[in-house]
Amino acid sequence: MTDTIKLKYIVSPDDFTRAGEASSDVKGKLKKMGIPPEIVRKVAIAMYEGEINMVIHANGGTIDVEITPSEITMVLADTGPGIKDIEQAMQEGFSTAPDNVRSLGFGAGMGLPNMKKYSDEMDIQTQIGVGTTVTMKVYIK
Amino acid sequence: MTVNDIKNYLEATVLCGEELLSHEVHTACGCDMMSDVLAFVKDQSVLLTGLCNPQVIRTAEMMDIVCVVFVRGKVPDQSVIELACERGIVLLSSKMGMFKACGILYEKGLRGGVNS
Ligand SMILES: Nc1ncnc2c1ncn2[C@@H]1O[C@H](COP(=O)(O)OP(=O)(O)OP(=O)(O)O)[C@@H](O)[C@H]1O
Ligand SMILES: [Mg+2]
Repeated sequence: MTDTIKLKYIVSPDDFTRAGEASSDVKGKLKKMGIPPEIVRKVAIAMYEGEINMVIHANGGTIDVEITPSEITMVLADTGPGIKDIEQAMQEGFSTAPDNVRSLGFGAGMGLPNMKKYSDEMDIQTQIGVGTTVTMKVYIK
Repeated sequence: MTVNDIKNYLEATVLCGEELLSHEVHTACGCDMMSDVLAFVKDQSVLLTGLCNPQVIRTAEMMDIVCVVFVRGKVPDQSVIELACERGIVLLSSKMGMFKACGILYEKGLRGGVNS
């Protein structure tokens, strides 16, 4: 595998049922490419948390995935409300998710900490009223 | 412990994945918060939950969870069962409540999947 592979997904808003399809597709593709399972798992979890966040907090958006021989980069961009205080949002247990989201099993305030934990690099760019872009990298060792 | 052992201990019915019952399970997690599952669960786990939505299956898929047990006799929609089928995840449904189901599996020697 020497080429760079680029994938693009559109995450539809307010469709909780379909949330995770993009992450699932990426997981399947990485597995097929023979990427080590522990790397695939890190990418899958980090991307899935980000994808869910786009659906429940930000009216969907786009996910770009780039796979090179040395790393996997995921860029999750939305035009949602933005994050007021990133430091606070990064804390375990902090969540603004409404009760209906909580009753579906999300809103523990663990998503962003999980994304940080399972990615090797993470960057959040956000602006209130404009949107949020989360970039994550997982190294292929 | 195998998935089939779990099925017997919890007097559960198989919703899908009959052909995967011989799979080994190393750890278990009883949880209704999917992000907690995503934070803590280890490899080859069984997930016990009272939630029935498709994200339970997605979460299981991302974590390589081999089996999901719905407690309190819950049965998800057909579309959820089909999703699990496609992903090779065994679905069980047990009449037992969460506490009892977890207690039985613990007694039989299964331990938590938490990283600590
Ligand atoms: N893309 C986003 N757009 C706007 N706000 C966001 C976005 N992602 C996260 N947030 C904010 O950051 C908070 C924390 O996010 P995090 O993913 O850690 O927890 P959660 O989504 O609320 O719950 P969980 O991920 O455990 O289901 C959210 O409650 C929300 O306020
Ligand atoms: Mg989240």
